Amino acid sequence: MNATISDEPDVNVTINGEPRRLQAGATVASVVEMLDVSPGARGVAVALDGEVVTRSRWPQTRLHDGSLVEVVVAIQGG
Amino acid sequence: MSSVSDPFRIAGRQLGSRLILGTGGFANHDLLAQACREAEAELCTVALRRLDPAARGSILDVLDEVGVDVLPNTAGCFTARDAVMTARLAREAFGTDWIKLEVIGDDRTLLPDAVELLAAAEELVDDGFTVLPYTTDDPVLARRLEDVGCAAVMPLGSPIGSGMGMCNPYNLSIIIERAGVPVILDAGVGTASDAALAMELGCDAVLCASAISRAHDPVAMAKAIRLGVQAGRLARGAGRIPRRRYAQASTPEQGMPAFEVPGIPQ
Repeated sequence: MNATISDEPDVNVTINGEPRRLQAGATVASVVEMLDVSPGARGVAVALDGEVVTRSRWPQTRLHDGSLVEVVVAIQGG
Repeated sequence: MSSVSDPFRIAGRQLGSRLILGTGGFANHDLLAQACREAEAELCTVALRRLDPAARGSILDVLDEVGVDVLPNTAGCFTARDAVMTARLAREAFGTDWIKLEVIGDDRTLLPDAVELLAAAEELVDDGFTVLPYTTDDPVLARRLEDVGCAAVMPLGSPIGSGMGMCNPYNLSIIIERAGVPVILDAGVGTASDAALAMELGCDAVLCASAISRAHDPVAMAKAIRLGVQAGRLARGAGRIPRRRYAQASTPEQGMPAFEVPGIPQ
């Protein structure tokens, strides 16, 4: 087996209501990057399975099969 | 003596402007920025929604440029659980523990759900938030919200976006008389006179969104409502005359000239 290919299976997750299949090892940081959010972008917050993930923990917070990810930003309202 | 420049405090923070601007409903960011400047607001509400990769420009940049602070809200939440979660996301996104708490109980009237609202307020206060709850005009609920530690109460004048003004000024005046925290009229303002009436009644501030953002000329209405808030505040301090059923002449009767000539019939 090629050592560079993870033998962990892909994960099926839901990001902002859309089902997505991500490579094993995907993190909150990689999801945010995938959504074209620059790492320093202001006014962005992430919930994983109903809990807030603070920005400092984005890189090490891995997604698992069935993860529910919500990525939210400020909009006009109220 | 009160004056238009008299500040008030929420949770120890001094605010010079008694008009808080809701940012919902503006056709674009440019119009929002112009209205915000004309309103001379210090605080503007923002909501949280799922990121839309196609969206261009952040409202935060607009508000930064104008120089106002963000007051995040929990608009659209129907349960205490969702509102608490949204508040926590807002704290993470904006770095503020201030939250305008909205927990709606009905999607046609958008009236607050008293039970869920109180539960959410209590949990958020315990979690260190400065909670500003959008509430009904019920004096008992307002007192309960204050009792659990809310930093202000924000009773509605009438339903959100209805422009019906203050439907129950009697209840609002009871809330104002009894509150130990600032009272901010939230929802129902339709035009400048509604804002003036709320301030004359004794509200500490007015929050206004639709009346400005959906006006034919939002920038002019922002100015009108800002002046309405200031006029109402001044009038409150100046002390209105009591209402009476019969006239009271403003011109003295003493010294009236007589035109009747004695002995000559009129």
